[in-house]
Amino acid sequence: MASKLKQSNRAGWLMALPGAGLIGLFIIIPFVLAFAFSLTNQRLASPNPTEFIGLENYSELLGLAVFTLEPERDDAGNAVVEDGEIQYPRLRKFTRKNAEFPHLDGKREWFSWQSGENRTVVLASDVVFMKALMNTILFVIVVAPLQSAIALTLALLINQKLRGISLFRAIYFMPVVVSIVIVSILWKFIYSPGDGLLNNILSAFTFGAFEPHDWLGDTSTALGSIIAMSIWQGVGFHMVIWLSGLQTISPTLYEAAEIEGSKKWQTFRYVTWPGLRNTAVLILIVITMQAFALFAQIDVMTQGGPLDSTQVLVFQAVERGYGKQDISGGSTISVILFVIVLSISFVQRWLTRERK
Amino acid sequence: MADVTLKGIKKSYGAVDVIKGVDIDIKDGEFVVFVGPSGCGKSTLLRMIAGLEDITGGTLEIGDRVVNDIPASERGIAMVFQSYAIFPHMTVRENIAFGLTIAKTPKAEKDEKVMEAARILQMENLLERRPSQLSGGQRQRVAIGRAITRNPQVFLFDEPLSNLDAALRLDMRMEIGRLHKSLDATMVYVTHDQVEAMTLADKIVVLKDGYVQQVGSPMDLYHKPDNLFVAGFIGAPSMNFLDVDIISRDANSAKVNSKSVAEFGVDVWREGLDQTSKATLGIRPQDLYPVSEGGLLKGNVTLTERLGTETVVDIRLSDGNRLLASLGEDRIFEHGQEIRLDFDHKKAHLFAPATQ
Ligand SMILES: Nc1ncnc2c1ncn2[C@@H]1O[C@H](COP(=O)(O)OP(=O)(O)OP(=O)(O)O)[C@@H](O)[C@H]1O
Ligand SMILES: [Mg+2]
Repeated sequence: MASKLKQSNRAGWLMALPGAGLIGLFIIIPFVLAFAFSLTNQRLASPNPTEFIGLENYSELLGLAVFTLEPERDDAGNAVVEDGEIQYPRLRKFTRKNAEFPHLDGKREWFSWQSGENRTVVLASDVVFMKALMNTILFVIVVAPLQSAIALTLALLINQKLRGISLFRAIYFMPVVVSIVIVSILWKFIYSPGDGLLNNILSAFTFGAFEPHDWLGDTSTALGSIIAMSIWQGVGFHMVIWLSGLQTISPTLYEAAEIEGSKKWQTFRYVTWPGLRNTAVLILIVITMQAFALFAQIDVMTQGGPLDSTQVLVFQAVERGYGKQDISGGSTISVILFVIVLSISFVQRWLTRERK
Repeated sequence: MADVTLKGIKKSYGAVDVIKGVDIDIKDGEFVVFVGPSGCGKSTLLRMIAGLEDITGGTLEIGDRVVNDIPASERGIAMVFQSYAIFPHMTVRENIAFGLTIAKTPKAEKDEKVMEAARILQMENLLERRPSQLSGGQRQRVAIGRAITRNPQVFLFDEPLSNLDAALRLDMRMEIGRLHKSLDATMVYVTHDQVEAMTLADKIVVLKDGYVQQVGSPMDLYHKPDNLFVAGFIGAPSMNFLDVDIISRDANSAKVNSKSVAEFGVDVWREGLDQTSKATLGIRPQDLYPVSEGGLLKGNVTLTERLGTETVVDIRLSDGNRLLASLGEDRIFEHGQEIRLDFDHKKAHLFAPATQ
């Protein structure tokens, strides 16, 4: 009996081996390596030996400081004003090897605001990383609710017995099947300045009143354009997940609600939405993770530009690790991203937990 | 409270006719049970009354009002489903109050009605539970409670007890019977359990293949079945059928016999027996009793089932036909033992021969 059990165990392990091996090779080992590299100064190719440097990579990325600049004053003690603007000492004085302000050393201005005569400056060790972080968070905050809401709307529309409804399902799902790289290239054409498709359509609808716009070349529209295109591309996938959730709700519940005189939105509120709870949790987590992993669109369409307005974390990780050969820097970004996504998943799970 | 009248009701799904013209009168306060084999259209008929299925042809009246085109919620009906159809994420209280919540009933009135329903169903102590914490019988009680708070003119039940085990079914059956007496409402009840039908119904409607076979009180159907189907469907074990020849007949009776049945006189009142010399004789197993001498039937015991209060004997007649006899006492028979049976000639039924 015992030997039989052992044998079947061995067979089981053998069968699990290919899958487990691949997971180990491509997920677990790289993850452990990334974590290890993030504590060193490893470079892609370097004559110098690798050294353990502790959390230095993290402090170089995450270092922040707030500093208040006081205006330059004349002898009377009034702020010096030139061309209507208050003059301040140059930031450099404080951030370049100034023994009085060691915590500002090497940091650069991220953003600032005026308060009275003083100017408050937020400094970051790595401004590009901070921009990437903020853009990524903005992307997630916009995409997660919008994409899931649109996907749910489509799923509700499509979850009906109508002639030809499966055609619509196919159409909405199509962008998901096409490679994101190809989609990105196509949308680059759509957004292209001058006579791109979007500009053409807009000027056609406004009878030529619309001035062609460089959607991806303008810092104020670049990220928005990428958000719109990403939602379009992913919405079909989430629609299908919603649809499967919708179909787990028993039709007799709808009939019971119908008999009680429930109106459409009441049925949604009392029957459909509670029945979609688990699906909603799944979709939110999946969308959030996918949104944090934003890369291909940026890589193909903007390369993080213009003026870092579309920098995002994964693009930065790749850019540093391979572009700048700074593997440890790239690894550090990956680990930070992992921690963020993990914590968000936990928070989402907690927020959407079943309340007793 | 209201009458329900079905006139020439028809239902087709595409080219498939499911209900082929049904006329039923249900009086105010009556308990009517639809019975019939699986797939005969019981549920379809009930759902048409409820307003969950379109009516293909005929008119449906509830309380002097033609309701063919009136939505389910305005027909004054409540329905209890086989699968309970209670909302899993709501407490018992919320489930019972669902219709009132939908209608935005003031809280005080709502609480009062919920308590009333809970009192009728003796489930005041369960109000704060969720459906997952209830037994099947309790869940069905919640569904009935929801129906009660609607204060409907007509209660509709679609096999409400078939998901319950035998003991619970008996309890709930009696409870529904009590409910009918205390509410004095019109009830239409679908089942394929003939015990439910016999015990609950004021009037039974036997359906087969989309047609009404017979309508009548349980005892009418038991003692005076119109045709072979009803005779075989009502009563357990089923009525015995034997092919016989008509030897002579006058206006109200006939003399019949066969290889295994000695000649005797039987009442004739059913249609289709005028132009024929062949007929089918029906005898209920309970009407047979063993005799030591004489008797119209003779055969050998092949199987006995002793149930304590009755003994069901399977008998092979001399011409090879099988016959069941149900004796109201505990008796022991040897396998193969010869047995002579007799019956009250008044209780024999003569049917037109089965047309295959
Ligand atoms: N949506 C539909 N489309 C086509 N045929 C249907 C549809 N719904 C039911 N039917 C058919 O109608 C017939 C009657 O169905 P119904 O559900 O009324 O049977 P039933 O008497 O309630 O049977 P059961 O005792 O098994 O519940 C069946 O033959 C079924 O196949
Ligand atoms: Mg049915």
